[in-house]
Amino acid sequence: MIIYAAFAVAVWLLLIGLYGVITSRHLVHLCLCLIVVQSATYVLLTAIGYRPGAIAPIFADKPPGTPAVDPVMQALMLTDIVVEATVVALLLAIIVQIKKHDEATDPDQVDQMKG
Amino acid sequence: MNRIARLIVFLLGATGLAALFILAFLRLPGPDDLRNRTADRANALTVPARHTTNAVSTVNFDYRAFDTIGEEFILFVSVMGVLVLFRETHAKPAREILRDSSTPGRDLAPSDAIRAWTLVMVAPKILFGLYIIAHGALTPGGGFQGGVILATAPLILFLATDFRTFQKIASFHLVEITEAFGAAAFVLIGVVGLFAQRAYLTNVLPMGTTSRLTSGGMIPLISVAVGLEVAAGFVLLLYVFLQESLTVEHGEA
Amino acid sequence: MIVLQLAILILVAATGTAVVFSRNAESQPIGISFYGLVLSIMFFIFQAPDVALSQLVIGAVGLPLMIMLALARLRRPDR
Repeated sequence: MIIYAAFAVAVWLLLIGLYGVITSRHLVHLCLCLIVVQSATYVLLTAIGYRPGAIAPIFADKPPGTPAVDPVMQALMLTDIVVEATVVALLLAIIVQIKKHDEATDPDQVDQMKG
Repeated sequence: MNRIARLIVFLLGATGLAALFILAFLRLPGPDDLRNRTADRANALTVPARHTTNAVSTVNFDYRAFDTIGEEFILFVSVMGVLVLFRETHAKPAREILRDSSTPGRDLAPSDAIRAWTLVMVAPKILFGLYIIAHGALTPGGGFQGGVILATAPLILFLATDFRTFQKIASFHLVEITEAFGAAAFVLIGVVGLFAQRAYLTNVLPMGTTSRLTSGGMIPLISVAVGLEVAAGFVLLLYVFLQESLTVEHGEA
Repeated sequence: MIVLQLAILILVAATGTAVVFSRNAESQPIGISFYGLVLSIMFFIFQAPDVALSQLVIGAVGLPLMIMLALARLRRPDR
């Protein structure tokens, strides 16, 4: 069933993203791995909201009774994507400031991130 | 702890986590039982109750509008955080542009092809962004998507010209005021519901006829407010990042 | 349809792995841009056009731009 495949992909993305965070050697690469972890939640929400054989929840061309995919999950995801971008911007700003004061971009050498 | 120890601890933890996930997903009820009653009601009520055809925008801006205020303010605060992080620590430093097409002797002018194509694309982009914002209740789109599309229009202009022109067109104070206006407009539109003696953010305006731009009551208005705020927020982010990358304060390298 | 959905899910997993394993700084914005595109196609195939539109604009335009600007700033040697 396709939903179980999507769950498996979500778990894979989560674990591979966490692996990237832990073994990262550059702070910007760490940020990208956080993006991958976040996209695991998108895949999960898509899988939960999906109905096999249903249409998209737009009724502009189909009559209002046709079975459609879950719109509440899509509402959750769509604001989440825009918010993720700004949070990544905040993280990148913090990284640039770290470089200004500390001169290191390896997470193992930034004082607050040791260990 | 050193890298090898960290990696070993992670691998142990990840194996356990993967095993727990697999067990959990195998025990989930089947897709028929994952069916959400709220989702079916939201889909069924979009056209009769709100006369809109986009169920996702109706859920975002009407049924769950309060959560959307929360998300919009996460965006607002993140943009504010970035601005605070990149604030100027000396009073009014003189900034010189490090590498730009206006610096003489530098061969970084954008090619004619880029300049021609981007200048042609600015107006369609703005139009498309406004179209997506305005038709949020009818077709896929809405405030968030249209706002980000609008925010790429000054960016395209920056690609065609240089940073000074971008600074003049997307002037910092104007964009800041637009962002604050968009955020405040969303909150204040909700107060209309209070004046009609119902709950905050109830959709009290007349619903109009389906498939017209005026359908949905407050949904198009909220969509426009969110579009303004998201567009201005992203232009501010771009402005600050570009300024940080392309200019240098006097006194630095 | 099932084949298409399976194919796009495998592509998402593969691209995510590629993003994590790309340690070279210059290829990271392009990698994220492609990942955003693949995710957007996945949302579209799973009948979520609003989310696909949002992810396309953010993940293929907004995020790689900011990452590239941050990398450009980090590469400049400080005094």
